[in-house]
This record gives sequence, structure tokens and C-alpha cells, in this order.
Amino acid sequence: MSVFGKDEVAINKFAASMPLPVFDVTSFSQPVSLSRAKIAIVTTAALHRLDEDGFELGDNDAHFEKLPRNARDLAIGHHSVNFDRGGFAADINVVYPIDRLEEMEDAKIIGDVADYHYAFAGNQSDTVSEIRLDSGPLCAKAMLDEGVDVVLLTGT
Amino acid sequence: MKEVAERMQLPRALHTRFPVGLSLGKPKDPEFQQQVLQAAFDLLRASSGPVLQTFAETIAATGSEPLTCPLPPRLNTEVHPAVDESQALKGAYDRACKKNGRTSVGMQINAEEVPEAISRLVEIGAGESWDSVGFPEGSLYGTVHDIRSYYEELACELAEGPITPWSTEEWFYEQTEAGQVILHARRIMRANDVDPAVWFGLAPAGRE
Repeated sequence: MSVFGKDEVAINKFAASMPLPVFDVTSFSQPVSLSRAKIAIVTTAALHRLDEDGFELGDNDAHFEKLPRNARDLAIGHHSVNFDRGGFAADINVVYPIDRLEEMEDAKIIGDVADYHYAFAGNQSDTVSEIRLDSGPLCAKAMLDEGVDVVLLTGT
Repeated sequence: MKEVAERMQLPRALHTRFPVGLSLGKPKDPEFQQQVLQAAFDLLRASSGPVLQTFAETIAATGSEPLTCPLPPRLNTEVHPAVDESQALKGAYDRACKKNGRTSVGMQINAEEVPEAISRLVEIGAGESWDSVGFPEGSLYGTVHDIRSYYEELACELAEGPITPWSTEEWFYEQTEAGQVILHARRIMRANDVDPAVWFGLAPAGRE
């Protein structure tokens, strides 16, 4: 019996059978040039600061955590035993590339790094209704209010 | 997951053939991570979409270099080898914590409680009932999560060479005394017809 997280065939089969929301229209926008763009990260690694409660086990926690740009005291709330946490243990940037963005800002490749970034839990209900209708738009509004131009979504 | 991006018609997506948990591919490799980010940002140039590009390099979940993190033989014969091991490695864990400013230990127990938790798992492996050795109901999963995180974080401090996919998990369960104690306790609970909800999640599905 293979370990699920290492079995790419099983993962692809899982992805193919995953229920997904269907959209009639695909949103597509043209942002400002990269060298002028303010960029925020949204990750599904369930990151949270050490002094926060973090995320609940199971598939019913649709809230998001707001991560200040300078925060590095982050724990990974992706608690599945079938998840490889070694990469994150070694380097936060492998799921949350905040230091890489700051380097790109210093090199003037991007315009700015947002003051706040966001983490959701990747394990969600089949319909993801709570995120689609509530916490997702709330998170998007927070980024719009800050003037974010581009969102980098990192899935785990 | 390319399949998901295609079905949802994401406006812009970079398909990376990396193992789960490694969104940027290679930990401690800033240059590689920059390449991945640049490839993603290049998608912004497209004037119409959906755009789905595949990143050139593939990283397999298996078959990569194992973790180089040898542990010396035990010396303290007064305590169980796994307890001795976990106590002896506390300094490495503390250095990792201090260096990174973070830890994922804390779902159920803190780092100071790791040796005691391992000693309770030793008792389960010796035939004691899991609910008689001091684990509150529903706490075993989180406790083992924390023991594994403790070891995986200190392994990143001690290891030489790259942290390749699943290498810390394999090192923990296959080479450490603590990992062996957990797997043994799991086998004993299964043999004793304990509810799988108690023991199944103490190691990845498929690991014996």
C-alpha cells in the first residue's frame, strides 16, 4: 500500500474526482505592470501566528488568518498526517515566499510587498460555500482596501 | 493540480509538478524559488485567458536523496531509548526554534512534554490500554503530530544536504527511536482491536 501523499497517481485521481464550483464567466483582468504592482500572498497552508489559535481539524473551518508582512513566527496548520511538513520546517518560503517577494521588491522586479497576507485551510467542504460567499470576498476586500494589485495563490 | 485549474478555468495558473506541500519546489533554494515566482509573474503579461502554463522542472515525491541525519547510539540506559533520544535532541530543537522564530509543535503538547508523551506510547506498545496511560480522549493524533513536528524541525537543524520531499517523514518513522515507538504502538492498538479512529492517523496511510 502506497503512502497517499507520495502517490502521484492517487493524487491525480483524487483531483479528477474533486467536486468544483463551475463559473459561467471567467474573470480576467490586466494588472498594472509588475514593477509597479503591490503583491499579496494567499496560501492554503493554514498558516497562523504562534500566539493565535490557528485552524480547527476537519473540513469546516473557512476562516482566514491575516499575516503581517514582517511576521515569521508562523506555524503550519495543515495537520494531515499524509502531508509532508519537512519542507516548511526547513524553509517557510517553500509555501509562503515572503522573503522572495521582499528580494524582488529590493531588486525592483515588483513594485511593493503588501503589508498583510492571508492564509486559509486547504481542507474544506466539497462546496466551499463559506469561502465563496463569505470569507473569500472578505479577504478580497481587505486586499482591495490595501491597494493590492496582484495576488499570488500558493496551494498546498 | 492541473486538472483542477483546467476545470475551474483559473484566469492565470502555473502548473508546477512538485510534491504536495512544496509550492515553490525546493526549500532553502532561493534561486529556484525565484525562478518559480518569475514564471508565475510572467503569466501577467497575457492579455487574454485562461492561461495555464507548466513549469519546466519536475520534482518527484519519491526517489530523491534521503535525509543525511545520523543519530549516534544511545548512552543513557536508565530510560527508554526513545525517551533518551528525544531528551538529547532538545537542544537541536531549541536551536531550530531560535533560528527560525517559529515552530509547529503545539497542536496538543509543547516541546518539553515530548519525552513524557513518548514514554506513554512505549507503555501502549507494551500492551497498556491507550486510555489508561494518560492520554485524554482525542489527544493522540495531536500528540503524535507534535512529536513528529519536533523531530522534523530539529532534523532540519542537524541534517547535512538538502531537505528533499518526504525525507524528514521517512527519517522520523524509519530511523528514529521515537518513530519506531509510534509505529509499534499503532500496530499493537490495531492488533488489540482498538477503534481505528484512535490509531490510524498516527502515521501516514500505508506506512506500517
